[in-house]
Amino acid sequence: MFANLARLAPPSSIVAIAVLLCFAPVMPGIAIKTKSVLAGRKGAPILQLYYDLWKLVRKGTVYSTTTTWVFQAGPVIVLASVVAALLFLPLDGRSAPAHFEGDLVAFAGLLALGRFALVLAGLDTGSSFEGMGASREVTVATFAEPALFLCLLALVLATGELTLSGMLGVPLANAWPRSAASLTLVGLSLFIILLAENSRVPVDDPATHLELTMIHEVIVLDHSGPDLALILYGSALKLTLFGALVVCLFAPRPSLTPAAAIASLLAGLVLVAVIIGIVESVMARLRLTRIPQLLVGAAALATLGIILLLR
Amino acid sequence: MWVATATLRLFWTVRAASSPQGAPALVLLLVVLSNFAVLGTTRLSTCIRALAFQGLLLGVLPLLLASSLSPHILALAVGTVVVKAIALPWFLRWAIREAAVRREVEPLVGFIASLLLGALAVGLAFAVAARLPLPEVRTELLVPVSLATVIIGFVVLITRRKAISQVVGYLILENGIYLFGLTQAESVPFLLELGVLLDVFVGVFIMGIVVFHINREFDSLDSARLTELTD
Repeated sequence: MFANLARLAPPSSIVAIAVLLCFAPVMPGIAIKTKSVLAGRKGAPILQLYYDLWKLVRKGTVYSTTTTWVFQAGPVIVLASVVAALLFLPLDGRSAPAHFEGDLVAFAGLLALGRFALVLAGLDTGSSFEGMGASREVTVATFAEPALFLCLLALVLATGELTLSGMLGVPLANAWPRSAASLTLVGLSLFIILLAENSRVPVDDPATHLELTMIHEVIVLDHSGPDLALILYGSALKLTLFGALVVCLFAPRPSLTPAAAIASLLAGLVLVAVIIGIVESVMARLRLTRIPQLLVGAAALATLGIILLLR
Repeated sequence: MWVATATLRLFWTVRAASSPQGAPALVLLLVVLSNFAVLGTTRLSTCIRALAFQGLLLGVLPLLLASSLSPHILALAVGTVVVKAIALPWFLRWAIREAAVRREVEPLVGFIASLLLGALAVGLAFAVAARLPLPEVRTELLVPVSLATVIIGFVVLITRRKAISQVVGYLILENGIYLFGLTQAESVPFLLELGVLLDVFVGVFIMGIVVFHINREFDSLDSARLTELTD
């Protein structure tokens, strides 16, 4: 599949991925800026993450003596799995660089692989704090993953396609007038999963640095320098990936030219980031025991969407 | 361009909602979502707000389903909104305030399990409704949603510990029966529906008084205490 990549993939889809790889660090920046503006503060510049990444790659790395190669492999696998998952999305509105029947399972699997590597790297440090964070991360994932699969199942039922590249284009645009209600429910559910998978506010607070309350931030405490840069960039890219999935679901753009499709995708991503910022401003973080409830609610929404499609 | 597609999407949604089939379907979908809200929320006041919202939806529904606007349908809508969306929620809020109930729901079955039961109930309702031999029904969603609402009402009634949330469950159950009745809204005499609305109102009133007395006797609204023997 990947050997044929250069030959089969339309150049526009490669360009789309390159654009998204450059754009990714803006997403958290916009969310933070929205949050600051709504709170009446000036806030960090939107491009802050670029500065941070530039600062981090020039620094040295410190490895604790308890860690092994698992710890060092973690950040690389995290970033690689997200980039690989990105290859399955039709970002230019036509087709994805990589696709095969049932690739949505591979898509979910790659995301799970990234999380697995991150959790293993956290456990490898032997720190009880990071072990706790790893356990929380996996707990949240246990509830987010079934919901994600239910959403993907609903998309398969609505479009009759088994590849992400196939379903998110023309078939989805055709399915919208027929089943607007269930697709809206699936979109809502997917947005809740986006918040959970990317450790955003009702589930986790990316701004907190208190070990007892945070989930995602605590696993990466021991990473430094370029490793931390890889992780920060990887999580920004994962946010962009889920944002792109939501945008593709709500606005399939098969009829646009590739350039217009990419531009509209970026506009949609900015909108998603602003909505994330608004959600973070208007609601508090949920108690840890309430998080599964939220995610099961998301799964229930997706189930309702599926039932409406099966009718 | 993206704005154009988004506008198109909005147009589709609005067109779907304004077609004779779409608007009732949208309202019925919101009824199911309000059921989920009751199952998933931890606070009594949110439960009651969801119930009031559901009452409002049920009041709007006959207007959307009716082929022509008769005084009968209009009176049904107004009566439903007044009783289900204003009077009963107000009364429940009053009961909470007067009895000084703690504001959490305290279910016997956890929130996650009740949400899953709710999803199961919706699936079951759709499966059963597909097999029911029914005469011509105006909206195909009406029967499955009414069955789902009845089952979810039962779930709330059985799995909640507080007397007030059991009243909420009873009202959801009754809402389901009302939805089923809407399939025959034009052939059922108006007086009958008025009688049912009055019955529910009086029923909830009596429940409120009972709740009040449970609270005074036991200093709590936990209905499990009713099984204990006391002098």
